[in-house]
Amino acid sequence: MAAASINISETPLVLYALRRADDALILGHRLSEWCGHAPALEEDMALANIALDLLGQARSLYSYAAEVEGKGNDEDKFAYLRDVRQYRNLLLAEQLNGDFARTLARQFFYSAFADLYWRAMMQSRNPTLAAIAAKSEKESAYHLRHSSEWIIRLGDGTDESHRRAQAAIDDLWAFTGEMFEVDEVERGLIDAAIAVDPAMLKAKWLKTVTGVVAEATLALPKSDWMQLGGRHGRHSEHLGHLLSELQSMQRTFPGATW
Amino acid sequence: MVTAALSEADLRQRAWDVASRVVDPEIPVLTIADLGVLRDVTLRDGQVEVAITPTYSGCPAMNMIALEIELALEREGFRKPKIRTVLSPAWTTDWMSEDGRRKLREYGIAPPPIGASSRRALFGVQAVACPQCGSEQTELLSEFGSTSCKALWRCKSCREPFDYFKCH
Repeated sequence: MAAASINISETPLVLYALRRADDALILGHRLSEWCGHAPALEEDMALANIALDLLGQARSLYSYAAEVEGKGNDEDKFAYLRDVRQYRNLLLAEQLNGDFARTLARQFFYSAFADLYWRAMMQSRNPTLAAIAAKSEKESAYHLRHSSEWIIRLGDGTDESHRRAQAAIDDLWAFTGEMFEVDEVERGLIDAAIAVDPAMLKAKWLKTVTGVVAEATLALPKSDWMQLGGRHGRHSEHLGHLLSELQSMQRTFPGATW
Repeated sequence: MVTAALSEADLRQRAWDVASRVVDPEIPVLTIADLGVLRDVTLRDGQVEVAITPTYSGCPAMNMIALEIELALEREGFRKPKIRTVLSPAWTTDWMSEDGRRKLREYGIAPPPIGASSRRALFGVQAVACPQCGSEQTELLSEFGSTSCKALWRCKSCREPFDYFKCH
Protein backbone atom coordinates (compact mmCIF):
# COMPACT_ATOMS: atom_id res chain seq x y z
CA MET A 1 0.00 0.00 0.00
CA ALA A 2 1.22 3.49 -0.79
CA ALA A 3 2.63 5.44 2.13
CA ALA A 4 0.20 7.93 3.69
CA SER A 5 1.05 11.57 4.34
CA ILE A 6 2.19 12.62 7.80
CA ASN A 7 0.50 15.08 10.13
CA ILE A 8 2.43 18.09 11.31
CA SER A 9 2.05 20.22 14.41
CA GLU A 10 2.47 23.59 12.79
CA THR A 11 3.72 25.84 15.52
CA PRO A 12 5.10 29.15 14.17
CA LEU A 13 8.74 28.04 14.46
CA VAL A 14 8.10 24.65 12.82
CA LEU A 15 6.21 26.32 10.00
CA TYR A 16 8.89 28.97 9.59
CA ALA A 17 11.64 26.38 9.22
CA LEU A 18 9.52 24.23 6.89
CA ARG A 19 8.78 27.15 4.58
CA ARG A 20 12.50 27.89 4.07
CA ALA A 21 13.36 24.20 3.83
CA ASP A 22 10.67 23.75 1.15
CA ASP A 23 12.06 26.69 -0.86
CA ALA A 24 15.49 25.08 -0.89
CA LEU A 25 14.30 21.53 -1.59
CA ILE A 26 11.92 22.43 -4.42
CA LEU A 27 14.30 24.85 -6.13
CA GLY A 28 17.14 22.36 -5.70
CA HIS A 29 15.03 19.62 -7.23
CA ARG A 30 14.17 21.82 -10.19
CA LEU A 31 17.86 22.53 -10.78
CA SER A 32 18.71 18.84 -10.54
CA GLU A 33 16.37 18.24 -13.50
CA TRP A 34 19.07 19.89 -15.65
CA CYS A 35 21.61 17.22 -14.72
CA GLY A 36 22.84 15.76 -18.00
CA HIS A 37 20.86 18.31 -20.07
CA ALA A 38 22.58 21.67 -19.49
CA PRO A 39 23.97 23.50 -22.55
CA ALA A 40 27.60 22.96 -21.48
CA LEU A 41 29.42 20.61 -19.14
CA GLU A 42 30.49 23.49 -16.88
CA GLU A 43 26.88 24.57 -16.50
CA ASP A 44 25.74 21.02 -15.86
CA MET A 45 28.19 20.94 -12.95
CA ALA A 46 27.26 24.42 -11.79
CA LEU A 47 23.52 23.72 -11.63
CA ALA A 48 24.08 20.35 -9.94
CA ASN A 49 26.40 22.00 -7.42
CA ILE A 50 23.87 24.72 -6.61
CA ALA A 51 21.17 22.04 -6.31
CA LEU A 52 23.38 20.17 -3.86
CA ASP A 53 23.95 23.26 -1.71
CA LEU A 54 20.20 23.87 -1.61
CA LEU A 55 19.52 20.25 -0.72
CA GLY A 56 21.99 20.55 2.14
CA GLN A 57 20.30 23.71 3.40
CA ALA A 58 16.92 21.96 3.19
CA ARG A 59 18.20 19.00 5.20
CA SER A 60 19.47 21.21 8.02
CA LEU A 61 16.18 23.12 8.15
CA TYR A 62 14.00 19.97 8.03
CA SER A 63 16.06 18.35 10.78
CA TYR A 64 15.63 21.43 12.91
CA ALA A 65 11.87 21.56 12.23
CA ALA A 66 11.65 17.90 13.29
CA GLU A 67 13.59 18.61 16.46
CA VAL A 68 11.36 21.55 17.38
CA GLU A 69 8.19 19.64 16.57
CA GLY A 70 9.32 16.60 18.58
CA LYS A 71 6.72 14.25 17.10
CA GLY A 72 9.03 11.67 15.60
CA ASN A 73 9.08 13.19 12.13
CA ASP A 74 12.42 13.60 10.39
CA GLU A 75 13.92 15.21 7.29
CA ASP A 76 12.92 12.30 5.05
CA LYS A 77 9.32 12.24 6.25
CA PHE A 78 9.00 15.98 5.68
CA ALA A 79 10.37 15.67 2.15
CA TYR A 80 8.71 12.45 1.05
CA LEU A 81 5.46 12.20 2.97
CA ARG A 82 3.72 15.53 2.59
CA ASP A 83 1.12 16.41 -0.03
CA VAL A 84 1.07 19.48 -2.23
CA ARG A 85 -1.08 21.45 0.22
CA GLN A 86 1.36 20.72 3.04
CA TYR A 87 4.26 22.22 1.09
CA ARG A 88 4.88 25.89 1.90
CA ASN A 89 7.53 26.89 -0.62
CA LEU A 90 7.53 30.06 -2.69
CA LEU A 91 5.68 29.71 -5.98
CA LEU A 92 8.84 30.99 -7.63
CA ALA A 93 10.75 27.86 -6.60
CA GLU A 94 8.35 25.43 -8.25
CA GLN A 95 8.11 27.20 -11.62
CA LEU A 96 9.16 25.07 -14.57
CA ASN A 97 12.76 25.20 -15.77
CA GLY A 98 11.71 26.30 -19.27
CA ASP A 99 14.77 27.31 -21.25
CA PHE A 100 18.16 28.12 -19.75
CA ALA A 101 17.32 31.83 -19.46
CA ARG A 102 14.19 31.06 -17.48
CA THR A 103 16.04 28.78 -15.08
CA LEU A 104 18.71 31.41 -14.53
CA ALA A 105 16.19 34.25 -14.09
CA ARG A 106 14.38 32.19 -11.43
CA GLN A 107 17.71 31.49 -9.74
CA PHE A 108 18.76 35.12 -9.96
CA PHE A 109 15.58 36.46 -8.31
CA TYR A 110 15.83 33.85 -5.55
CA SER A 111 19.60 34.08 -4.94
CA ALA A 112 19.50 37.88 -4.80
CA PHE A 113 17.02 37.45 -1.96
CA ALA A 114 18.67 34.44 -0.27
CA ASP A 115 22.02 36.22 -0.18
CA LEU A 116 20.54 39.12 1.82
CA TYR A 117 18.21 36.92 3.84
CA TRP A 118 20.81 34.47 5.14
CA ARG A 119 23.30 37.23 5.90
CA ALA A 120 20.64 38.98 8.00
CA MET A 121 19.59 35.70 9.64
CA MET A 122 23.10 35.22 11.03
CA GLN A 123 21.95 37.70 13.69
CA SER A 124 18.90 35.60 14.63
CA ARG A 125 18.38 35.03 18.35
CA ASN A 126 17.73 31.40 17.49
CA PRO A 127 21.20 29.77 17.55
CA THR A 128 20.33 26.91 15.16
CA LEU A 129 18.82 29.21 12.53
CA ALA A 130 21.81 31.53 12.92
CA ALA A 131 24.18 28.60 12.40
CA ILE A 132 22.33 27.40 9.30
CA ALA A 133 22.39 31.00 8.03
CA ALA A 134 26.15 31.25 8.49
CA LYS A 135 26.66 28.22 6.24
CA SER A 136 24.03 29.22 3.68
CA GLU A 137 25.19 32.81 3.37
CA LYS A 138 28.47 32.06 1.61
CA GLU A 139 26.80 29.51 -0.65
CA SER A 140 24.03 31.93 -1.64
CA ALA A 141 26.53 34.67 -2.42
CA TYR A 142 28.33 32.34 -4.81
CA HIS A 143 25.02 31.33 -6.43
CA LEU A 144 24.09 34.97 -6.90
CA ARG A 145 27.31 35.74 -8.69
CA HIS A 146 26.79 32.81 -11.05
CA SER A 147 23.22 33.74 -12.01
CA SER A 148 24.00 37.49 -12.22
CA GLU A 149 26.76 36.84 -14.73
CA TRP A 150 24.42 34.72 -16.81
CA ILE A 151 21.63 37.31 -16.80
CA ILE A 152 24.12 39.89 -18.07
CA ARG A 153 25.56 37.53 -20.66
CA LEU A 154 22.14 36.46 -21.96
CA GLY A 155 20.55 39.92 -21.87
CA ASP A 156 23.52 41.63 -23.48
CA GLY A 157 24.12 38.73 -25.88
CA THR A 158 22.40 37.93 -29.16
CA ASP A 159 18.92 39.11 -30.17
CA GLU A 160 17.61 35.65 -29.41
CA SER A 161 19.22 35.34 -25.95
CA HIS A 162 18.03 38.88 -25.13
CA ARG A 163 14.48 38.04 -26.18
CA ARG A 164 14.46 34.87 -24.08
CA ALA A 165 15.98 36.54 -21.02
CA GLN A 166 13.43 39.38 -21.19
CA ALA A 167 10.55 36.91 -21.57
CA ALA A 168 11.81 34.96 -18.52
CA ILE A 169 11.99 38.10 -16.39
CA ASP A 170 8.53 39.22 -17.51
CA ASP A 171 6.98 35.83 -16.77
CA LEU A 172 8.60 35.31 -13.35
CA TRP A 173 8.29 38.85 -12.00
CA ALA A 174 4.85 38.30 -10.44
CA PHE A 175 6.30 35.52 -8.26
CA THR A 176 8.93 37.72 -6.59
CA GLY A 177 6.58 39.58 -4.24
CA GLU A 178 5.98 36.46 -2.18
CA MET A 179 9.55 36.59 -0.86
CA PHE A 180 8.63 39.75 1.06
CA GLU A 181 5.28 38.58 2.37
CA VAL A 182 4.81 38.55 6.16
CA ASP A 183 1.83 36.88 7.81
CA GLU A 184 0.71 36.57 11.44
CA VAL A 185 2.74 33.39 11.91
CA GLU A 186 5.96 35.17 11.09
CA ARG A 187 5.17 38.52 12.68
CA GLY A 188 5.63 37.06 16.16
CA LEU A 189 8.97 35.52 15.24
CA ILE A 190 10.12 38.82 13.74
CA ASP A 191 9.14 40.67 16.92
CA ALA A 192 11.14 38.13 18.93
CA ALA A 193 14.21 38.72 16.68
CA ILE A 194 14.18 35.05 15.67
CA ALA A 195 13.26 35.92 12.09
CA VAL A 196 14.24 38.90 9.97
CA ASP A 197 11.60 41.18 8.52
CA PRO A 198 11.92 40.65 4.76
CA ALA A 199 10.49 44.14 4.18
CA MET A 200 13.84 45.42 5.49
CA LEU A 201 15.60 43.60 2.66
CA LYS A 202 13.42 44.75 -0.19
CA ALA A 203 15.21 48.00 -1.07
CA LYS A 204 18.59 46.23 -1.24
CA TRP A 205 17.13 43.35 -3.24
CA LEU A 206 15.61 45.76 -5.73
CA LYS A 207 18.91 47.62 -6.04
CA THR A 208 20.80 44.40 -6.85
CA VAL A 209 18.16 43.22 -9.28
CA THR A 210 17.79 46.60 -11.00
CA GLY A 211 21.55 46.95 -11.35
CA VAL A 212 22.10 43.56 -12.97
CA VAL A 213 19.04 43.84 -15.20
CA ALA A 214 20.17 47.28 -16.41
CA GLU A 215 23.67 46.00 -17.15
CA ALA A 216 22.06 43.17 -19.08
CA THR A 217 20.21 45.78 -21.21
CA LEU A 218 16.96 44.24 -19.97
CA ALA A 219 14.02 45.88 -18.20
CA LEU A 220 11.93 45.00 -15.16
CA PRO A 221 8.17 44.86 -15.71
CA LYS A 222 6.19 47.89 -14.57
CA SER A 223 3.45 45.81 -12.97
CA ASP A 224 3.51 45.47 -9.22
CA TRP A 225 0.72 42.89 -9.00
CA MET A 226 2.08 39.85 -7.20
CA GLN A 227 0.83 36.27 -7.02
CA LEU A 228 0.80 34.85 -3.48
CA GLY A 229 -0.29 31.48 -2.09
CA GLY A 230 2.69 29.15 -1.75
CA ARG A 231 3.35 30.01 1.89
CA HIS A 232 -0.20 28.84 2.67
CA GLY A 233 -0.13 25.69 0.59
CA ARG A 234 -1.88 27.06 -2.51
CA HIS A 235 0.35 26.04 -5.37
CA SER A 236 0.51 26.03 -9.14
CA GLU A 237 -0.20 22.74 -10.90
CA HIS A 238 3.56 22.23 -11.37
CA LEU A 239 4.29 21.29 -7.76
CA GLY A 240 2.14 18.14 -7.81
CA HIS A 241 4.00 16.80 -10.83
CA LEU A 242 7.34 17.61 -9.23
CA LEU A 243 6.38 15.83 -5.99
CA SER A 244 5.10 12.77 -7.82
CA GLU A 245 8.61 12.28 -9.16
CA LEU A 246 10.45 13.32 -5.99
CA GLN A 247 8.30 11.10 -3.74
CA SER A 248 7.53 8.11 -5.96
CA MET A 249 10.00 5.69 -4.35
CA GLN A 250 8.99 6.36 -0.75
CA ARG A 251 5.29 6.47 -1.58
CA THR A 252 5.46 3.16 -3.45
CA PHE A 253 7.90 1.36 -1.16
CA PRO A 254 7.38 2.97 2.27
CA GLY A 255 10.59 3.11 4.31
CA ALA A 256 12.74 1.75 1.48
CA THR A 257 16.47 2.21 2.04
CA TRP A 258 19.63 1.30 0.19
CA MET B 1 41.83 -3.04 22.39
CA VAL B 2 40.66 -0.59 24.99
CA THR B 3 41.84 -1.57 28.41
CA ALA B 4 40.71 -0.37 31.79
CA ALA B 5 44.31 0.60 32.57
CA LEU B 6 44.09 3.65 30.32
CA SER B 7 43.03 6.90 31.93
CA GLU B 8 40.09 8.90 30.65
CA ALA B 9 42.44 11.43 29.06
CA ASP B 10 44.48 8.69 27.36
CA LEU B 11 41.32 7.09 25.99
CA ARG B 12 40.09 10.39 24.64
CA GLN B 13 43.47 11.01 23.00
CA ARG B 14 43.40 7.52 21.44
CA ALA B 15 39.89 8.10 20.12
CA TRP B 16 41.02 11.46 18.68
CA ASP B 17 44.03 9.79 17.02
CA VAL B 18 41.83 7.12 15.46
CA ALA B 19 39.21 9.61 14.23
CA SER B 20 41.80 12.06 12.96
CA ARG B 21 43.26 9.45 10.59
CA VAL B 22 40.00 9.13 8.64
CA VAL B 23 40.40 10.64 5.17
CA ASP B 24 38.05 12.63 2.97
CA PRO B 25 36.69 10.10 0.43
CA GLU B 26 36.87 12.67 -2.37
CA ILE B 27 40.33 14.03 -1.52
CA PRO B 28 41.99 10.94 -0.02
CA VAL B 29 45.29 12.72 0.72
CA LEU B 30 43.58 14.85 3.35
CA THR B 31 42.50 13.60 6.75
CA ILE B 32 39.46 15.14 8.42
CA ALA B 33 41.88 16.69 10.92
CA ASP B 34 43.81 18.37 8.05
CA LEU B 35 40.52 19.71 6.70
CA GLY B 36 39.28 21.02 10.03
CA VAL B 37 36.15 18.88 9.70
CA LEU B 38 36.97 17.04 12.94
CA ARG B 39 35.92 19.43 15.70
CA ASP B 40 35.86 17.56 18.97
CA VAL B 41 36.11 14.14 20.60
CA THR B 42 34.55 13.62 24.00
CA LEU B 43 34.17 10.65 26.29
CA ARG B 44 31.09 10.08 28.40
CA ASP B 45 30.68 6.93 30.51
CA GLY B 46 33.10 5.15 28.23
CA GLN B 47 31.20 6.13 25.09
CA VAL B 48 32.98 8.23 22.48
CA GLU B 49 31.24 11.14 20.82
CA VAL B 50 32.83 12.73 17.78
CA ALA B 51 31.76 16.15 16.54
CA ILE B 52 32.25 16.94 12.87
CA THR B 53 31.27 19.98 10.82
CA PRO B 54 30.30 20.01 7.14
CA THR B 55 32.38 21.96 4.64
CA TYR B 56 29.37 22.80 2.44
CA SER B 57 25.73 22.28 3.48
CA GLY B 58 25.14 19.60 0.89
CA CYS B 59 28.54 17.90 0.93
CA PRO B 60 27.71 14.23 0.26
CA ALA B 61 31.05 13.13 1.73
CA MET B 62 29.77 13.89 5.23
CA ASN B 63 27.69 10.71 5.48
CA MET B 64 30.66 8.68 4.28
CA ILE B 65 33.01 10.40 6.72
CA ALA B 66 30.63 9.75 9.65
CA LEU B 67 30.46 6.06 8.70
CA GLU B 68 34.25 5.80 8.34
CA ILE B 69 34.79 7.34 11.79
CA GLU B 70 32.33 4.91 13.33
CA LEU B 71 34.02 1.93 11.69
CA ALA B 72 37.52 3.09 12.59
CA LEU B 73 36.56 3.53 16.24
CA GLU B 74 34.76 0.18 16.39
CA ARG B 75 37.84 -1.50 14.94
CA GLU B 76 39.92 -0.02 17.78
CA GLY B 77 37.53 -1.33 20.40
CA PHE B 78 35.40 1.73 21.05
CA ARG B 79 31.83 0.45 21.34
CA LYS B 80 28.94 2.27 19.64
CA PRO B 81 30.60 5.61 19.01
CA LYS B 82 28.29 8.55 18.38
CA ILE B 83 28.81 11.05 15.58
CA ARG B 84 27.36 14.51 16.01
CA THR B 85 27.18 17.17 13.31
CA VAL B 86 27.79 20.72 14.48
CA LEU B 87 27.02 23.72 12.27
CA SER B 88 28.37 26.52 14.41
CA PRO B 89 30.83 28.07 14.04
CA ALA B 90 30.60 27.58 10.28
CA TRP B 91 33.54 25.79 8.68
CA THR B 92 36.08 27.93 6.89
CA THR B 93 39.09 27.07 4.76
CA ASP B 94 41.18 28.86 7.39
CA TRP B 95 40.87 25.73 9.49
CA MET B 96 42.81 23.70 6.97
CA SER B 97 46.23 22.85 8.37
CA GLU B 98 49.50 23.98 6.75
CA ASP B 99 50.31 20.30 6.26
CA GLY B 100 46.94 19.86 4.57
CA ARG B 101 47.65 22.71 2.15
CA ARG B 102 50.99 21.20 1.19
CA LYS B 103 49.42 17.77 0.66
CA LEU B 104 46.69 19.31 -1.50
CA ARG B 105 49.26 21.05 -3.70
CA GLU B 106 51.28 17.84 -4.09
CA TYR B 107 48.05 16.05 -5.03
CA GLY B 108 47.46 18.55 -7.84
CA ILE B 109 44.83 20.77 -6.20
CA ALA B 110 45.57 24.46 -5.63
CA PRO B 111 44.95 25.17 -1.91
CA PRO B 112 42.83 28.10 -0.71
CA PRO B 113 44.66 31.26 0.45
CA ILE B 114 45.17 31.59 4.22
CA GLY B 115 43.44 34.11 6.44
CA ALA B 116 41.09 35.24 3.75
CA SER B 117 37.79 33.56 4.49
CA SER B 118 35.77 36.66 3.81
CA ARG B 119 33.26 37.38 1.10
CA ARG B 120 35.89 39.39 -0.70
CA ALA B 121 38.26 36.44 -0.76
CA LEU B 122 35.54 34.14 -2.03
CA PHE B 123 35.06 36.44 -5.00
CA GLY B 124 38.25 38.40 -5.31
CA VAL B 125 40.86 35.74 -5.94
CA GLN B 126 43.69 37.57 -7.64
CA ALA B 127 46.12 34.81 -8.53
CA VAL B 128 45.92 31.08 -8.08
CA ALA B 129 49.27 29.35 -8.55
CA CYS B 130 49.28 26.25 -10.73
CA PRO B 131 49.90 23.22 -8.49
CA GLN B 132 51.83 21.53 -11.33
CA CYS B 133 54.35 24.19 -12.40
CA GLY B 134 53.82 27.00 -9.88
CA SER B 135 53.03 29.61 -12.53
CA GLU B 136 50.55 32.33 -11.60
CA GLN B 137 49.50 32.74 -15.23
CA THR B 138 46.24 30.90 -14.66
CA GLU B 139 42.58 31.39 -15.55
CA LEU B 140 39.20 30.33 -14.23
CA LEU B 141 37.37 27.82 -16.42
CA SER B 142 34.33 27.16 -14.24
CA GLU B 143 33.27 28.47 -10.84
CA PHE B 144 31.88 25.06 -10.04
CA GLY B 145 34.08 21.98 -10.17
CA SER B 146 34.04 18.27 -9.52
CA THR B 147 32.87 18.73 -5.90
CA SER B 148 31.14 21.55 -3.99
CA CYS B 149 34.41 22.78 -2.55
CA LYS B 150 36.31 23.16 -5.82
CA ALA B 151 36.43 25.38 -8.90
CA LEU B 152 38.04 24.45 -12.22
CA TRP B 153 41.09 26.42 -13.38
CA ARG B 154 43.67 26.17 -16.16
CA CYS B 155 47.33 27.04 -16.25
CA LYS B 156 48.33 29.22 -19.21
CA SER B 157 52.01 28.29 -18.81
CA CYS B 158 51.91 24.49 -18.71
CA ARG B 159 48.38 24.27 -20.20
CA GLU B 160 47.23 21.82 -17.52
CA PRO B 161 43.72 22.16 -16.11
CA PHE B 162 43.53 21.86 -12.32
CA ASP B 163 41.14 21.98 -9.38
CA TYR B 164 41.24 24.95 -7.01
CA PHE B 165 39.95 24.46 -3.47
CA LYS B 166 37.65 27.49 -3.12
CA CYS B 167 38.26 29.90 -0.29
CA HIS B 168 35.22 29.66 1.93
